[in-house]
Amino acid sequence: MTSLVQIRDLRVEATTDSGRTIEIIRGVNLDIAEGEIVALIGESGSGKTTIAMSLMGYARAGCKIVGGSVAVDGLDMVALSEKDKAAVRGAKIAYVPQSAAAAFNPAIRIMDQVIEVVRIHGVMPLVEARAKAKALFRALSLPDPESIGDRYPHQVSGGQLQRLAAAMALIASPKVLIFDEPTTALDVTTQVEVLRAFKSVISAHRIAGIYVSHDLAVVAQIADRIVVLRNGEVQETGTTADILERPQHPYTQQLLAAVAPDHDVRRDASAAAAEALLEVHEVSVGYGPLRSDGQPAIVAVDNVSLRVARGRNLGIIGESGCGKSTLARAIAGILPPFAGGVVFDGRELGRSARNRNPDQLRQVQIVFQHADTALNPAHTVEDILGRPLTFYHGMARRERNARIDQLLDMVKLPRALRLRRPAELSGGQKQRVNFARALAADPKLIICDEITSALDTVVAAAVIDLLKELQRELDLAYVFISHDLSVVEAICDDIVVMYRGRKIEQITPEAMARPEHPYTQLLLSSVPKLDPTWLDRLRQDPEQVRAYCQR
Amino acid sequence: MKHRIASLVLARLAIALVTAIIVSFAVFFATAMLPGDTATILLGQAATPEAVEGLRKAMHLDDPAIFRFLRWLAGVVHGDLGVSYANNMPVAKLIGGRLVNTLKLAGLTAIIAVPLALTLGITAAMLRNTLYDRCLTIAIIGIVSVPEFMIATLAVLLFAVYLNWLPAVSFTSEIRTAYDFARAYAMPVVTLTIVISAQMIRMSRAAVVETLNTPYVEMALLKGASRGRIVLRHALPNALGPIVNAVALSLSYLLGGVIIVETIFNYPGVAKLMVDAVSTRDLPLIQSCAIIFCFGFLLLTTTADIIAILSNPRLR
Repeated sequence: MTSLVQIRDLRVEATTDSGRTIEIIRGVNLDIAEGEIVALIGESGSGKTTIAMSLMGYARAGCKIVGGSVAVDGLDMVALSEKDKAAVRGAKIAYVPQSAAAAFNPAIRIMDQVIEVVRIHGVMPLVEARAKAKALFRALSLPDPESIGDRYPHQVSGGQLQRLAAAMALIASPKVLIFDEPTTALDVTTQVEVLRAFKSVISAHRIAGIYVSHDLAVVAQIADRIVVLRNGEVQETGTTADILERPQHPYTQQLLAAVAPDHDVRRDASAAAAEALLEVHEVSVGYGPLRSDGQPAIVAVDNVSLRVARGRNLGIIGESGCGKSTLARAIAGILPPFAGGVVFDGRELGRSARNRNPDQLRQVQIVFQHADTALNPAHTVEDILGRPLTFYHGMARRERNARIDQLLDMVKLPRALRLRRPAELSGGQKQRVNFARALAADPKLIICDEITSALDTVVAAAVIDLLKELQRELDLAYVFISHDLSVVEAICDDIVVMYRGRKIEQITPEAMARPEHPYTQLLLSSVPKLDPTWLDRLRQDPEQVRAYCQR
Repeated sequence: MKHRIASLVLARLAIALVTAIIVSFAVFFATAMLPGDTATILLGQAATPEAVEGLRKAMHLDDPAIFRFLRWLAGVVHGDLGVSYANNMPVAKLIGGRLVNTLKLAGLTAIIAVPLALTLGITAAMLRNTLYDRCLTIAIIGIVSVPEFMIATLAVLLFAVYLNWLPAVSFTSEIRTAYDFARAYAMPVVTLTIVISAQMIRMSRAAVVETLNTPYVEMALLKGASRGRIVLRHALPNALGPIVNAVALSLSYLLGGVIIVETIFNYPGVAKLMVDAVSTRDLPLIQSCAIIFCFGFLLLTTTADIIAILSNPRLR
């Protein structure tokens, strides 16, 4: 039996900015049977999206398919002319993008975009297409299926757009569907709903396709088979159960290990009574002009108090928009709160960083999520690390040089990287430099704002291990902000759950199995598990879902 | 949302009004500061001091500047632009016919230049980094670098002097047939088209290229949309704001910036009138011409901004 999709010896080349050509897909073979969903999993740069796109005979700007064949339903997508490719795209093979918010044209009504495929390929009358679209909206459990299509993309939420993108892909009943990280940009509670919707339409329409993701737990819910990729090569292929339970390749094992980080034996509970390093008292932070009652137009953090003991870690979790990053900026003094105060080491800190003395500034450091934007692209690693050394410690050249080497050793970067600029480093290396810069100040407290979110699972796990190790050596305390619950669970002694600017609960990692607040319950139960039956067995109280999800 | 659009548009109009008042103020005082006493200029060197004094009184020249400004502004609002010093004719009458000529030239140039420039700009964006795009870019940079008097003079030399195809100056009064019309307007229109197209081509190319790099355009491609559909339906509506702005800026140049072209071709437009007014120190006429140029500019940029507001789907 020949399969629906046959990729043979696919080779794709990319041209770098400096004009060098590198092979990013190196002879990949892949088969997809009728009605089968195959997941492509791997870190960023492993070529998973490139392979998925090749099914449509498409390579992004700067990339070129240089060899091999991609047969989809008997047509070689590589060899077809541009016009013939266009005839297949959307009709036979459809694409569900990673960010539906960006993939919808802001100037066109949703319905017109959903049925555009029909308009282009003329597969059915438009009236019929509109009716079908509404049926799909209903099947994807979108609200107001009759009228949601009349809105513009900015008028619906991210989770809804993602499902609308699926409707857009399904409208012409394609044979093959490509899901390109379709839930990566969503909050976990929203992700559950979207995954459910995808799963039901996939089985209802017996769709075959590719599901690209870096999240093994998500893939486990949807895929029949998993292909593990690295550096443009297939490492391992197997059924979902095989890969999850009997991974053969070391890289797969590494990936699996990174998903379930080992939970350290926490220090004894008596330490909880340890001396407070940071105390945040009823802090409220907002944006925009102050109104007559002294409150800003938008209140992002509302009356939050928390306490971090010396040498201990506090996690702050919550979904996007809950105010966790704003709180971090308020503690660091970047965004002064309009009410409440911050006490550090027994002394009240100025609300704004401008009102703090250099020593206070030195002791509280913040590390930002995107090392790409936090590091000056024109400076070398040496400059980046040397600046806080001169600023806080007034170090002279020789001393500074020695300290930079030490710092690089601490974050486990080779000393040879000293003279490189950020653009010449990998994502994980950049984040380490970013972290070393905070260490250079000799702080007592480091606020980590989503520092692992932009990293691949394996790299993120390594960064977390590094954080733990440095904590043991340097007696640091961390405020660890993340939307990734497993990361927080792995490193923190206490966890604060935030929702819409409020602190709703504080729990310990041990208590995460039985949280008290309904939102925490919903949030924790929404985190995908590696168990392929997790989604089907997941029962969430619809009342809770309605109350807390802005789907 | 409708309410928000209305308030944004009203706010924009209010800004335009405030700008208009400030501009009138600036124009009035800038011309008032010109050296020389109007009464002396009018009466000539031989006038007796009494006569000069009398005239100053009659023309309210001794009043504080702010009163003169308000009186003049009130006149402008009522369509009374004052009386020309040079030939005692109402300024409105002097400008009237010239303005029609200027608008004729501007309109004709716009009709040719705008579609031409947009087509070239958009096609260059579609075929970016091809030979076509590169040649166009080089040609445009070349044209931008050549000043318009150079282009105009070369055109006169070539078509009027050597080839003898066209008249060197545009006698608009002698136009009877369409052929006459074409002959009279050909050179000024071509010169102006070249001058204003360059910027429009560059700006529309840049705006369209930017939208062509967006994920929703990639999505349209992956839906199987044709190139034309991608550009016309997906890219262009989102590039409209910057394009309209570039067009408005270029067109506003046609209203006030054509002094050189009108002078070279001896075309009887407002800009030429203003140049003549400067040489005769005809203050009311200079003020009126300047005000017309400024208001034209203001009208075009305001219109462009309002179109940009209306075309933004997020405000619908």
